[in-house]
Amino acid sequence: MSRKKKNPLDRNQGWALLFCAPNIIFFIIFFLWPAVIGLYYSFTNYDGWRNMDFIGLQNYINLFHDSQFYSVFWNTVLYVVVSVPLGMIVSLFLALLLNDEKIKGNSITRVLVYWPTLLSTIMVGVTWKWIFGESFGVANYVLTSMGLPSVGWFSTPAAAFWTTIIATVWSGCGVNMLIYLGGIKQIPVDLYEAATIDGANAWQRFRSITLPSLKPVTFMILLTSTINAFKVFAMVQTLTNGGPGTATTYMIQYIYQTGFTRNRHGYASAASMILFVVLLIISFVQTRMNAKQEEA
Amino acid sequence: MMQVSKTSVIVKSVVSLLFALIWVFPVVWLVLSSFKPGSELFTFPLTLFPKDFSLSGYISTFSRYNVFRATYNTAFITFFATVITLIMSCMCGFALAKYHYKWLSVFFMCMLATTMLPTEVIMSPSFTVILNLGLYNSLWGAIIPTVGTMTGVFLMRQFFISIPDELLEAARIDGANEGRSFVQIMVPLCRSQIAILAIFSFRWRWNDYVWPLLALTNPDKYTLQLQLRTLSGAEAVDWSALLSFSVLTMIPVLIIFIIFNRQIMSSEVSSGVKG
Repeated sequence: MSRKKKNPLDRNQGWALLFCAPNIIFFIIFFLWPAVIGLYYSFTNYDGWRNMDFIGLQNYINLFHDSQFYSVFWNTVLYVVVSVPLGMIVSLFLALLLNDEKIKGNSITRVLVYWPTLLSTIMVGVTWKWIFGESFGVANYVLTSMGLPSVGWFSTPAAAFWTTIIATVWSGCGVNMLIYLGGIKQIPVDLYEAATIDGANAWQRFRSITLPSLKPVTFMILLTSTINAFKVFAMVQTLTNGGPGTATTYMIQYIYQTGFTRNRHGYASAASMILFVVLLIISFVQTRMNAKQEEA
Repeated sequence: MMQVSKTSVIVKSVVSLLFALIWVFPVVWLVLSSFKPGSELFTFPLTLFPKDFSLSGYISTFSRYNVFRATYNTAFITFFATVITLIMSCMCGFALAKYHYKWLSVFFMCMLATTMLPTEVIMSPSFTVILNLGLYNSLWGAIIPTVGTMTGVFLMRQFFISIPDELLEAARIDGANEGRSFVQIMVPLCRSQIAILAIFSFRWRWNDYVWPLLALTNPDKYTLQLQLRTLSGAEAVDWSALLSFSVLTMIPVLIIFIIFNRQIMSSEVSSGVKG
């Protein structure tokens, strides 16, 4: 209301700058600077040691002809496209299920579903690696004692892919479930009552009240989970180590290995820039779609 | 009034219980396995509870790996990173909420962009930065880069927006300068929010992997997560030690969660982003 008072605010500009200064400095040093260096590296053949010749677009041209890069890229996309919607469906389902306070044990279930999100990414990897161990894991033990064949969880590409999905959904659902629960709590109860009087069944109520009301929340979860999924690194590295072969090597692990194991920092940086552009486009498109839906 | 039939309550309760079991099983299985002697870990039939309760995994972990050193390093990083994060996020969140200048909103947009280009994406250049600043192989190398967290600033900003501007106006009329009103009026008001951010920061830093990975090479400087990664990435995994070590690393987070689970879970709803 009183934002327009001119004089005191101008004097306060110095204070505002002072309050923000540490964050501005850290933003420049640990975000802007690396981003610029990364962009520069991507035009060089930097090997982390001696060579740093400017080679123009060569890294990018090579990447576009690199079949390994393509396979890593599509693996990552597949991982994101499967894990994000699946995680969201499970979170929404859990939120709807656990919303009812009358059902005993719901608050405990909420706590138990949330708890894995507090584990470190490496812990998540270790936990599932122990369960899916091919010759000693409890997963294969249960399968074989039910008379089913045991699965080569880490030696078949498809199975390894699913272990990464399961671990991701398990470890990420808790937060999204809580956000959905918060969203559900804000839907006015009289909407449901009116719909019930009008003869809408549970599915119709869900379709025409719950889902539309949760749109903004869903959008936020979609954006954060997509970015988080692209960021996956330590968990998968621990769980499958990107194997078998490179079947579950996702972008960040590929970038890390290309840079730090094979000393091709320039090439890795070019891959980083491509991933960055992809993330930027996704955020942009999702934000635009959300804005459009809100207008409509 | 929403009528809930008896059968639907039963079905829902059963499904709820089922999910609880599915979600809790992996960790319970890991913890119980850590108390099995090495020989029992791999002999079928597997049992949920150890037949022969044993601490041999823990004993070998403590004798072969420097658990105390890694715990100390992790605690050092967590403590200092959290303190600095709290101070910086408080100041910056306050400024973003209470002042309205063009450059501030530009800066806020820039901060938001950091969530789109996480450090994981630019590890090579981040490593160069650490090297150039002389932070390589120093615990501070895993502290300094993390403290300007966008999530912390965002959390504090949301809180300060909810505090009425009139409070600040009144202090200004009384002749207090901005620094004084911030320290004496604003900070005491947001004690509970600071506590929430402290809990979050504790957990981020305790579980952090990427910055320690980039900054620390000497096994002397390893954090618990780096040690855990080394153990689990070995050619022949020593499961007995790995299981007990991983249980040890999650104890502090578990304790914090048991004490503060209500606050943690309700703040998660309002923040929704990870740092």
